[in-house]
Amino acid sequence: MSLLSITGLRKTFGPNVVLDAFDLDVAAGECVVLIGASGSGKSTLLRCVNLLETVDDGVITLAGQDITDPRVNPDQVRARMGMVFQAYNLFPHLSVLDNIMLAPVRVHGRPRAEAKAAALAILERVGLADKTRVRPDELSGGQQQRVAIARALVNSPELMLLDEVTSALDPELVGEVLDLLVSLKSDGMTMVLATHEMAFAKEVADRVCFLHGGQIHEEGPPATLLSAPTKERTRAFLSRFVGL
Amino acid sequence: MTNSASHDVPPGAHPSAGRARPWSPSALELDRRAYRRSRTVRSAAIASISTIVVVGVLGVVVTTSSGWPRVQETFFDWDKAVASFPAVLNGLWLNIRVLLVCSVLITALGLTIAVMRTLRGPVFFPLRLFGAAFTDLFRGLPLLLVLLLLGFGVPALALDGVPQEAVFWGCAALVLSYSAYVAEVFRAGIESVHPSQRAAARSLGLTHTQSLRFVIVPQAIRRVLPPLLNDFVSLQKDSGLIAVLGVVDAIRAAQIETARDFNFTPYVVAGVLFVCLTIPMARFTDWVARKQGFQGGGLV
Ligand SMILES: Nc1ncnc2c1ncn2[C@@H]1O[C@H](COP(=O)(O)OP(=O)(O)O)[C@@H](O)[C@H]1O
Ligand SMILES: [Mg+2]
Repeated sequence: MSLLSITGLRKTFGPNVVLDAFDLDVAAGECVVLIGASGSGKSTLLRCVNLLETVDDGVITLAGQDITDPRVNPDQVRARMGMVFQAYNLFPHLSVLDNIMLAPVRVHGRPRAEAKAAALAILERVGLADKTRVRPDELSGGQQQRVAIARALVNSPELMLLDEVTSALDPELVGEVLDLLVSLKSDGMTMVLATHEMAFAKEVADRVCFLHGGQIHEEGPPATLLSAPTKERTRAFLSRFVGL
Repeated sequence: MTNSASHDVPPGAHPSAGRARPWSPSALELDRRAYRRSRTVRSAAIASISTIVVVGVLGVVVTTSSGWPRVQETFFDWDKAVASFPAVLNGLWLNIRVLLVCSVLITALGLTIAVMRTLRGPVFFPLRLFGAAFTDLFRGLPLLLVLLLLGFGVPALALDGVPQEAVFWGCAALVLSYSAYVAEVFRAGIESVHPSQRAAARSLGLTHTQSLRFVIVPQAIRRVLPPLLNDFVSLQKDSGLIAVLGVVDAIRAAQIETARDFNFTPYVVAGVLFVCLTIPMARFTDWVARKQGFQGGGLV
């Protein structure tokens, strides 16, 4: 059974139909990469899965539970996923360590000492063990994004949602974030990520989905979809990325 | 793009993407909507019933108490209310005029002082110092003292060309005191705008003043609208303090009416009128904040 299953999802903003009868299944341990033009609804899809938006129709299930059911507590559902945003969205008034410890302590009720140990371990993993006490705005973009990933990871989420996490970074810093995601993937983390990094998609994706017209217009393994797309739209979109 | 190539597209997908497809809500969605509606109705019902119960119980407790008839007679005498209404309303007109004139001046002076205090660089040290001294002084001095000093002290100097009217000096005192408070509200707002906004504005070649005027201050004002309203509501009531200089505002008018027969109903009339004045102001700021405050934050 798939870990995340989206069926017939519809999301509109006023007259703007962003997702329309959208279907997607993600198996546990799978890494699905969403590509598509700006405005094609990648962020909206991730926000719907994270219950940051109310869907207009359709069902999203996480490990078999219908999370679009208004009877479920959205906070509990969100606590089971990690989400990372394009603009990092770190809390500027908290130190790096406190950013990471906030949810373990306040949401998951872990003792401070234990949460701190977990936070330090995760900071070690993302290579920022020496930055625990600094404020986010004293870090480079790549470091901030790694903190944001650590903040999501520390809760051992069942699913990671990553929204263009490298788009705000200069190419030099993209690598450090992508390396981290590759290692996450090899640990078997289930991930849905939106990106414009086709080379990276090629490397980590089990499946690449091209979003267009509110649906998955074409999908397939990266080797096939990125090098030999069958549809005209997909080809037109991919032709803008050199070196594929 | 042909249908023959769409073997790998999920069911329901559609080659003419981007065009609106006919859609009607599924049974599940209708069920969810019904559930959400029922929750809304339930919360509204709980809220209304508990309000009615609390108000009802309070009403019964108060009106059945042994002292109620006397209290009703002294504070809620309808005939007295009708009789005193014109005088109190006339007084209120003064409050309104003072409020209108003073709020414009206070906004201007408060914003000026706030901006003075945010200026950077050694050249502006005197201005920063003046701004700080001004706020320290007028926030510290009791409003009543400022009123008395200006209202009785300055006219007593009998300087040529200096106005003698009590209302003028009363307004001056209100403006000075309140500008000090409002300046701090504005300053907090200005400083809460993220430095990246200033950087972005300066990077476009806007001067310091231009960045403040077109980028920083508009965002700051939006944020401080509720505390600003607080200060103006407070001003509306404190505008009555100029009565100590001998002018007749709503409260002073009520006092005169009360003095005739020691019935306090005129005060209640004045109170009701003040509340009626505040409510539209509060709704107006809510409206402005909602209109400008679109953040697109989704659900949370
Ligand atoms: N909060 C919102 N209010 C109104 N429209 C929105 C909102 N968020 C996104 N949209 C619209 O939804 C569409 C998809 O946006 P988005 O999901 O951000 O695209 P992507 O992430 O693929 O670039 C766009 O047309 C955008 O204008
Ligand atoms: Mg996006």
